Amino acid sequence: MKFDTSAVRQVKKINQLKNNNMPIEKFKTIESTCVPLKIDNVDTDQIIPARFLKATSREGFGDNLFRDWRFDRNDNPRKDFVLNNKKFSGSVLVAGKNFGSGSSREHASWAVYDYGFRVVVSSFFADIFKNNALNNGLLPVQVSESFLSRLFEEIFQNPEKKVKVDLEKQRITLLSTGENEGFEINGYKKTCLINGYDDIDYLLSIKNKIEKFEATLLSELSE
Amino acid sequence: MAGKTLFDKIWDNHVVEQIDNGPAVLYIDRHMVHEVTSPVAFAGLDKRGIRVFRPGKTIATADHNVPTEDQHLPVKDMLSRKQVDTLTRNCEKHGITLYGLNHPYHGIVHVIGPELGLTQPGMTIVCGDSHTATHGAFGSLAFGIGTSEIEMVLATQCILQPKPGKMRIAVEGQPKKGVTAKDIILYIISKISASGGTGYFIEYTGTAIRDLSMEGRMTVCNMSIECGSRGGLIAPDDFTFNYLKGREFAPKGEAWSKALEFWKSLKTDADAIFDRELEFDAGDIEPMITYGTNPGMGIKITEKIPDGSKLKEEEKTSFFKSLDYMGIEAGSGMLGRPVDYVFVGSCTNGRIEDLREFTHFVKGRKKAENVVAWIVPGSKQVEKQAIAEGLVNTLEKSGFRLRQPGCSACLAMNDDKIPEGKYAVSTSNRNFEGRQGPGARTFLASPLTAAAAAITGRITDPREIA
Ligand code: SF4
Repeated sequence: MKFDTSAVRQVKKINQLKNNNMPIEKFKTIESTCVPLKIDNVDTDQIIPARFLKATSREGFGDNLFRDWRFDRNDNPRKDFVLNNKKFSGSVLVAGKNFGSGSSREHASWAVYDYGFRVVVSSFFADIFKNNALNNGLLPVQVSESFLSRLFEEIFQNPEKKVKVDLEKQRITLLSTGENEGFEINGYKKTCLINGYDDIDYLLSIKNKIEKFEATLLSELSE
Repeated sequence: MAGKTLFDKIWDNHVVEQIDNGPAVLYIDRHMVHEVTSPVAFAGLDKRGIRVFRPGKTIATADHNVPTEDQHLPVKDMLSRKQVDTLTRNCEKHGITLYGLNHPYHGIVHVIGPELGLTQPGMTIVCGDSHTATHGAFGSLAFGIGTSEIEMVLATQCILQPKPGKMRIAVEGQPKKGVTAKDIILYIISKISASGGTGYFIEYTGTAIRDLSMEGRMTVCNMSIECGSRGGLIAPDDFTFNYLKGREFAPKGEAWSKALEFWKSLKTDADAIFDRELEFDAGDIEPMITYGTNPGMGIKITEKIPDGSKLKEEEKTSFFKSLDYMGIEAGSGMLGRPVDYVFVGSCTNGRIEDLREFTHFVKGRKKAENVVAWIVPGSKQVEKQAIAEGLVNTLEKSGFRLRQPGCSACLAMNDDKIPEGKYAVSTSNRNFEGRQGPGARTFLASPLTAAAAAITGRITDPREIA
């Protein structure tokens, strides 16, 4: 896909308005080893169980990422869970199909990000999770089933193997073999991620337009 | 040019601006917030030094982590109390109406919206909760959002949204006796899987849907998210208008007539095109129950659990992992399995009609000794009506007790947790691992099936008793 210039123009506007608001971290090209989570339908209740949603700020959720898979009832790490396996590390989480289904809790994205991941690779993502991730500087990379299997194979065979995630070119590459695949992302979101802009900045920048719109909408509806 | 779907019409009405090769800026008519997903959004406003843009378009309630007993006392759990207090403070600061604990309008956000007439056809409605889809039953465009998006709505009354695909699911014919709205939606999800609707917004049509009460339609739309879709909606009709008429925040007088005229126009054009269309035969639906750890893992209550042999190699791991968690053997049946807990409640089945169904079923019978039953009304108003109709009395005679409103064991953020390893028949919407408490095992079913289990202490086909 060609880099979308109109989206760039839209967000450039924001940059001029932006002062010290909470920008998300700029997304740079990543070369990293991967953590393989070969489970399908990982839902947000597994990513961050409801009982950990009682915080009133967004930091610290990484400690409870996959809490009930990672720790037993006595808070001892479960040896058989991949996050507790020292062989695997890195900022790329490779997960089975349909990652992030279930609740709209953004805490799931915060937890994945706070733990240190910057990219989640899967063959399928739940919609809300995808939106939430993109709003928090976490890149969901959707690949084909076959590419996903290849990734799992390679990682399990040798945990040292790295992938490169190039957002600019929208391409993920297995560095050891050169196998690669393109991935989709809409031009607007891409620009936001690369520049560390967020949607609220943009919406605030068009407030006049929103006010004008309200005038037309309200006359149509019953209110 | 092809006609428009109902979804298109509402969407198009609310697009402030379309970003090229990006999302639309969508105007939001109604925003609902609760204590769990909103604090970080309010904190975001503070950091930016801005105020809520249109406080009159947001309402708030505390439902997710509140206790369902002794609500007149301060919330015991420190962290929960902090969230509830934070919500109260944020609402006061920004001039947002709060139906907090003990308010006569308090309740689960998706129960009180419709009940108060805040949910109306043709509106865009969002809430930081995926079951916002419930409100689609009124022919509104309603869906769950994340906390960043809550902040967007608070700040600008808009969010940025990519337009989802359009799916139509028709359920035609007459359902059999003993088949409820919950069975219809569990059936649909079992057919299309927990991810079959991903990327789509669903419109439900067909005689079996049209014949449902508003409560039943809400149950169907509520679980749209459980097949991965963004939401579901049903075109408004006389059922909808009759339900809304006279409700607290429904339009009155001349405004009502004007609204009604507009609402009547809200339907999909005959020549509109959907990206995906499915049709099911209502006659094939039976009382349903789930056996696994996602809502797509459901069967007719009389059927056997799949043995896994038809699954693809990569699907097998998840399937057997799930059965292992549930302590259930592949290929076995569901009927007769012992049940430890029964939970009736949640935004799926915590409305007055659900309590009526449950109560009529257990009337004149006794709760099984081995079962702990939690019957939780969806709202204060539901509670009040249950008392007025004598349901509470009948329930008590059968050994049941009505708790106070809240989300309760649906997500077990408060004390209503199913203990590790125990089995619960639940009228809620999610059977994920640990959803109802660490190690809890959930069977999702209708209020009737829950009633049958509560009486016999086992998984029982409600038609066998009725
Ligand atoms: S009842 Fe359950 S699904 Fe509904 S809003 Fe509460 S927690 Fe969410």
